[in-house]
Amino acid sequence: MNKILHTAKTIVCDGNEAAAWGACLSRPDMVAVYPITPQSSLVEYLAKFIAEGKMSADLMDVEGEHSVLSVLHGACLAGARTYSATSAQGLAYMFEPYFRTPGLRLPMVVSLVTRDAVSPTCVWGGQQDAMTVKEVGWIHMYCETQQEILDTIPIAYKVAEHPDVMLPVNVNHDGNYLSYGVARVELPDQAVVDSFLGEKNVNWHACLDPERPMAVDPLTGGAGGVGPATFVRYRKGQCSGMQTALQVIEDAHADWGKRTGRHWSPLIEEYRMDDAEVALVTIGSMTGAAKDAVDEARLDGHKVGIVKIKTFRPFPIQRIAKALSKVRAIGVVDRAVNFGWNCGPVFQEVLGALYHLPVRIPAMSFIGGLAGADITVEHFTQAIDRTNRLAAGEMATLPVWLNEND
Amino acid sequence: MHEVRLHGRGGQGAVLASAILAAALVEEGRHVMAIPAFGFERRGAPVVAFLRMSDQVIRRVTNIYHPDIVVVIDPTVVRAVDVYAGMPANGTLVLATSKPHSELGLPGHLGRVAICDAVGIAMEIFKRQITNTIMLGAFAKATGLVSVESLEKALEHTDFRDAGLRQNIEAVRRGYAETTVIELGKEQAA
Repeated sequence: MNKILHTAKTIVCDGNEAAAWGACLSRPDMVAVYPITPQSSLVEYLAKFIAEGKMSADLMDVEGEHSVLSVLHGACLAGARTYSATSAQGLAYMFEPYFRTPGLRLPMVVSLVTRDAVSPTCVWGGQQDAMTVKEVGWIHMYCETQQEILDTIPIAYKVAEHPDVMLPVNVNHDGNYLSYGVARVELPDQAVVDSFLGEKNVNWHACLDPERPMAVDPLTGGAGGVGPATFVRYRKGQCSGMQTALQVIEDAHADWGKRTGRHWSPLIEEYRMDDAEVALVTIGSMTGAAKDAVDEARLDGHKVGIVKIKTFRPFPIQRIAKALSKVRAIGVVDRAVNFGWNCGPVFQEVLGALYHLPVRIPAMSFIGGLAGADITVEHFTQAIDRTNRLAAGEMATLPVWLNEND
Repeated sequence: MHEVRLHGRGGQGAVLASAILAAALVEEGRHVMAIPAFGFERRGAPVVAFLRMSDQVIRRVTNIYHPDIVVVIDPTVVRAVDVYAGMPANGTLVLATSKPHSELGLPGHLGRVAICDAVGIAMEIFKRQITNTIMLGAFAKATGLVSVESLEKALEHTDFRDAGLRQNIEAVRRGYAETTVIELGKEQAA
């Protein structure tokens, strides 16, 4: 039974406009922005929506990303729903308040239009920026399509503001291929999003109010008095919020699916994994080409499937371990570099999840799509071939650079 | 699925044209994926935009390497880049030019060429060499894959208003009306 539920209209837009629509429909009270490639047009769409009266948010046009997030901290502490978006060097400049956000338990939503990191100088897609900040304590969700960007932003507010989560969320979409890529997108009715999000109650735990003064973010820690225990309590609270988020993310996606008819895989998506002997692990917009490559490989008799990661933080350890438990070899495709381990960052995470299994499954790291490079169906076919050889007993090499000869 | 590559120069609106074409195709119920190729964009530099169209959902979010249709909205860009790169046999070329096709030195494997004096039309309508919407009309005539009506509807959803919108609607109509389509395969066979 697949009821068509209140789909207002079909639009044709790029990923940055889809993100702006997702924000618009979530009715933030305050938006603060600073433009940076490839996020800039997202900022322009927000400004346009506000100028046209589609959005009633206050737009704070500030002097840099450090101020962007600091301004929104204040707004969020005063009970406002907030939105922003940034990328690469902008995220780097935002890092100081970014670092403070999860500890303050501020339920913010910020889009990361992912881009490779300078240097060498480049202004194009890659996930090095988002992967570099994976340990800060923000929830990270990666989108595959323009439609998923739009849909994930209201879902992100629902997750962030859940009383048992209260953590900031990054909704990530690939710079260039998704940010500027144009596709058909269903725009949900405002009423559907309103009823999904329910009554706004953004920051019930620490709301700045001149009538009721309170201190937030007390000095704590140290080696004596109540410090150590208090600091541990804060950190354990963040970890607990993260772990609770796994279920909340699933529930929020299910609720969204019921209301819109669009059921996105909340943590991981398993594609043709039922009888798969070999698996690719993917993240973000690369996954569409990977699915096409898997379909072609299946026609040639190769039993290959895909595990796509949507929620990267918290890392869905058990789900990933279970999904990969029956295959004979794994190829993980990253769009960023883990310099410390000489592999892709998602690869390293998957290795950690696999340790929960009683068996040892050979795995290999593939790195592609850096600084705007394309990961084509042919690249995925190469990765499938190499992973098949790994399953057949050939030694793993670390890592395979997919665009090395492009 | 059709794969289209548009060639132009920075500032001529090749990327906007691909977005308008995408909207027109969705208007007709199709799925699209339009991706601008990127570089250090600046006015006058050769630019490329890609567009995939299909009756099915399009999953791959990648550039296009083997376009069966190439649209060239700037007559001079053919001297700067290989606009035929990766084209399979029997592809369609839609070219802005004032020359007859016999003088173009076209490669032998093309199936069809459509030519339109887009610069001439643009100078009459816009008084500037803005050829993008004219070449959308030429695309419609050359391929039959989209109607002029859908292109006009898509234009109405852009930021074009009033006189600008009327000029661009005229551009699409004249592009359609003033494009000559030559079936090269048939010509060679005859």
